[in-house]
Amino acid sequence: MTESTYLEAVRTTLAEAMRADARVLVLGEDVAEGGPWGATAGLADEFGEERVRNTPISEAAICGVAIGAAQSGWRPVVEVMFVDFVTLALDQLVNQAAKAHFMSGGQLEVPLVLRTQGGAGQRGGAQHSQSLEAWLTHVPGLKVVMPSTAADAAGLLVSAIADPNPVVYVENKTLYFRREQLDDHRQPIPIGRARTARAGRDVTVVALSRLVSESLTAADELAEEGIEVEVIDPRTLVPLDLEAIAESVARTHRLVVAHEAVVQGGFGAEIAAQVQAAAFDELDAPIERVGAPFTPVPFSPPLEDAYLPSREHVVAAVRAVLGE
Amino acid sequence: MAAGPAEGLDGGVGLELLRTMWRIRAFEERVGELTRANEVHGLVHLSVGQEAVAAGVCGLLRADDVAYSNHRAHGHAIAKGAPLRTVMAELMGRVAGLCGGLGGSMHLVDREHGFLGATGVVGGNVPLALGSALAGRLAGGDQLAVVFFGDGAVQGGIFVESVNLAALWRVPLLLVCENNGFTEFTPRSAHTVVERVSDVVAPYDFARETVDGNDVAAVREACARFVAGARAGEGPFLLECLTHRLRGHYEGDPQRYRQALAADEWQQLDPILRLQRTGTGEGWLDHDSQARLETQAREEVEDAVRYARESPFPEPATLGKLVYA
Repeated sequence: MTESTYLEAVRTTLAEAMRADARVLVLGEDVAEGGPWGATAGLADEFGEERVRNTPISEAAICGVAIGAAQSGWRPVVEVMFVDFVTLALDQLVNQAAKAHFMSGGQLEVPLVLRTQGGAGQRGGAQHSQSLEAWLTHVPGLKVVMPSTAADAAGLLVSAIADPNPVVYVENKTLYFRREQLDDHRQPIPIGRARTARAGRDVTVVALSRLVSESLTAADELAEEGIEVEVIDPRTLVPLDLEAIAESVARTHRLVVAHEAVVQGGFGAEIAAQVQAAAFDELDAPIERVGAPFTPVPFSPPLEDAYLPSREHVVAAVRAVLGE
Repeated sequence: MAAGPAEGLDGGVGLELLRTMWRIRAFEERVGELTRANEVHGLVHLSVGQEAVAAGVCGLLRADDVAYSNHRAHGHAIAKGAPLRTVMAELMGRVAGLCGGLGGSMHLVDREHGFLGATGVVGGNVPLALGSALAGRLAGGDQLAVVFFGDGAVQGGIFVESVNLAALWRVPLLLVCENNGFTEFTPRSAHTVVERVSDVVAPYDFARETVDGNDVAAVREACARFVAGARAGEGPFLLECLTHRLRGHYEGDPQRYRQALAADEWQQLDPILRLQRTGTGEGWLDHDSQARLETQAREEVEDAVRYARESPFPEPATLGKLVYA
């Protein structure tokens, strides 16, 4: 076992992928300098600035370059520094990358990974703190993954780079420096397979990204009262491991969906809809959703703290589905 | 500007260019008819009048060179090698189409011939061509990438982002602008104060040229220098071809925004007629071979129509396939 942060897991996995496959490229703003958090630190030293390529602040063109390179046989990993700036590249992602394979009748493949990070909690204000993953899940042709641990960050990145499709890989900035023990002989984590983060018989909580650890803390707290919560991390939003979620709901009969994105139009709505279609008869209570209120992320610290969905919101939602 | 073939354009090349232009012209005139007959579907943008650009540029490319195009893409695809049969079947939405009927007129792709794709988003694939050019250079080869776009694409941010990166990275990319003077339904002057597209990229310090895009020899001559430069590791380059879109923005466009050219004026401009006059004058084209080229092109188009009509439409059961590789 080796101790690693989430960010170190990303960095070491990128380096391993570049060593294993000379077609892997890294592109983005300041990536040759390591990026603002250090996710790409040291890569330019080892692989050179042809393969670890600094770009201007041109999110759309960077994505387009990566799509073209991918269509021409390379495996680019693009970094978009904040998910908020994916907005600038949406034509490239939605109209070009997502549809190339389909519109060409299968002639083209776009093995592209777009790494980005979202989430609030660092006083970044409304344009550097969002959770926009649900938009991307609405686009056929894109895959969307959201690792919540260092181990998943590593294992999902390996699979994302190997995948022949465009994969949006959404990190969370507040997870970057958490430490955990990593298995030295880790395996790639298949895209589309959920992880049961904690087993429990009473309520299923499906949590995304930062809300996984919040839900685990909530589960610890509720366990002291004898309430056993099962926490499932889908890890991948598209494709979604509905089977694992439905199987859990068939045992607990109660479901809470928790993410940091605003509740309205959030991916929790999709999970809830899919579960009620697949397992309506298993549900003993309406599904509860945990997420942010319908407002831009506020800057002022007390307001941002009040905005952030966290442990106590999960606890309240679990109590609600139990009728407490 | 009825210039003859530039130096180096011999009769063999002239005949080949004429053949390509006739294949595109005949194809697109037939597509116009089939659109009105509701056999070709959707939004159809024809390049009738602009064939010299596709023929002049693509005639200098190798199969491993990559080309991208815009919504007005039929001519580029055909000039790059896409078979008339499968292009026609695609426009008719048939299984035998280039893209199995999933793409349509604005999204043609023919990987085998290095045509990596048209896009219906104006300017949207300029950076993709840059990415393919970069890929070629990283792989150590001397292939290049070409992207065709209209003058309307130049006012978008993605164009400037891409030009900046292409110049910074010195990639073997050939930017080919078909400046037909109209951005959809309004003239260029309604969109920008910069008249020449080649002037838009002036500060970026790469070779650029504006040519008479209805003179296939002029297109080819300028393009040949840029292609040679790209093969030698230089780039990017911009070739602005001043041309004329004889038809509307799309098939069915009532064109209230402009006066149709008088027939005699078009006779002077038509890139096919111009090349035929040149060939006759220089003695490499006689009446019989001229007639034969047109007839062969129209026969090939009819064969393509028959081929496409015989192909079935995709089964509804295939819905949802090919979303992921």
